Amino acid sequence: MGEAIVITSGKGGVGKTTTSANIGTALALMEKKVCLIDTDIGLRNLDVIMGLENRIIYDIVDVIQERCKLKQALIKDKRFDHLSLLPAAQTSDKSAVTTEGMKKIISELKQEYDYIIIDCPAGIEQGFQNAVAGADKAIVVTTPEKSSVRDADRIIGLLEKEDMESPKLVINRIRNHMMKNGDMIEIDDIVQILSIDLVGIVIDDDEVIKASNTGEPVAFRPNSKASIAYRNIARRILGENVPLQSLEDKKGMIQKMKQFLGMRA
Amino acid sequence: MLDKKQLITIKGTREGLSLFIDDSCSFDDAMEDLNEKIIASRPKNDEPIVSVKVKLGNRFLYEAQKDQLREIISEINRFTIHSFESNVIHREEALAWKEDSEIKAVNRIVRSGQVLEVKGDLLLIGDVNPGGKVVSTGNIYIMGSLYGIAHAGSDGDLSTFIAASFMKPSQLRIADYISRAPDYESDGVYMECGLIDEVQDKIIIDRLQVLSHKRKEISGFERRMQNG
Repeated sequence: MGEAIVITSGKGGVGKTTTSANIGTALALMEKKVCLIDTDIGLRNLDVIMGLENRIIYDIVDVIQERCKLKQALIKDKRFDHLSLLPAAQTSDKSAVTTEGMKKIISELKQEYDYIIIDCPAGIEQGFQNAVAGADKAIVVTTPEKSSVRDADRIIGLLEKEDMESPKLVINRIRNHMMKNGDMIEIDDIVQILSIDLVGIVIDDDEVIKASNTGEPVAFRPNSKASIAYRNIARRILGENVPLQSLEDKKGMIQKMKQFLGMRA
Repeated sequence: MLDKKQLITIKGTREGLSLFIDDSCSFDDAMEDLNEKIIASRPKNDEPIVSVKVKLGNRFLYEAQKDQLREIISEINRFTIHSFESNVIHREEALAWKEDSEIKAVNRIVRSGQVLEVKGDLLLIGDVNPGGKVVSTGNIYIMGSLYGIAHAGSDGDLSTFIAASFMKPSQLRIADYISRAPDYESDGVYMECGLIDEVQDKIIIDRLQVLSHKRKEISGFERRMQNG
């Protein structure tokens, strides 16, 4: 029996889809059977980031409206056999999906897959309700910005009403130099305000955008900082105890080296 | 009927007349007796109107019955009712009273977009995050950080206050007074309280210690008892 995890944030543009794609990929890299679901009906992106756009024949609305079987709509990833994507519809609107329909799809997928990663649309309306409906766990993505932390807080409040365990937090797009200067909200302050468990921090890395544009999630790249961060998140989801500071420590090391060599840190 | 107990007793005191109604007889019997008594002791037309305290003992009166009493005592005869005094109050009234004067302890985080509303005093163990709001008819005590909005005395009680372990609120509201955070970036304060300052006619934030002399009747219950 698999586990369904919804990736949500409230605010748009904080990296829900990127996080979904990379956590999914990272879990697949660890030999888990993973299915990604895009629930952003009308504005689908997950297929583009995964580089699977041109393979779409059926989508989630076709499954819910019984125009096809669930198996037919699932797209196998070109890199792994055990990673699949259930794409969102581009032409329908959000009302085409119901919470019951979502629950049914997810419970069916849980028989087959170890992890079902649900990419949630921005906002707190029907699309959010649908994405959350069948999930067992939630990961809230935020960036170190006031507005995004505020929305994350609102979302956590809404998730607490759902029948699921306390959500976990991913802080995305951290710019180390800004945080050092005090121009960004500190990680500790974000965790203190939201008071939920931190499951990972991801540096704002140019590689992420480059990778998205080529349709290869950054988690495939062995050495980028963001890739390591996403893989660490996946390991924590699997229950491994990976120190949270690993990312910062690494950065610290590099900076120490730079300082040692007399370069500007 | 001859050795009938006195159902109505009228006594003169310094503040005026006290009218005792026996609490073991039926209301109708008492009214009958009252009618006879009151006509006998009715003041003459040229005498001033006398105020009467009606003491009911362990009797509960409905509003309709009070109206009946008012009619007999003050409208037909030349008395005016100062007050009704009864040892008993209605259960619902008592519960409402209790609710208004209780301290409600709540253990949660009030997050953005959430509103926590209580009657009486609020003791919140947890934070009020930015965008969150707590409202109470009495005082608000927060064991945690207040970043959002707190509204004390929402029924208009000016003597209420807001105390918090740490506060950097976006707004403090007490009764119909509102104060907001300054436009410049400021640090929060630890162990302080917000209350209305009568001299400045606005909400001020001060150390918790000032409460001991500015708000002596800190408990909602005592406050209610004194206000009657």
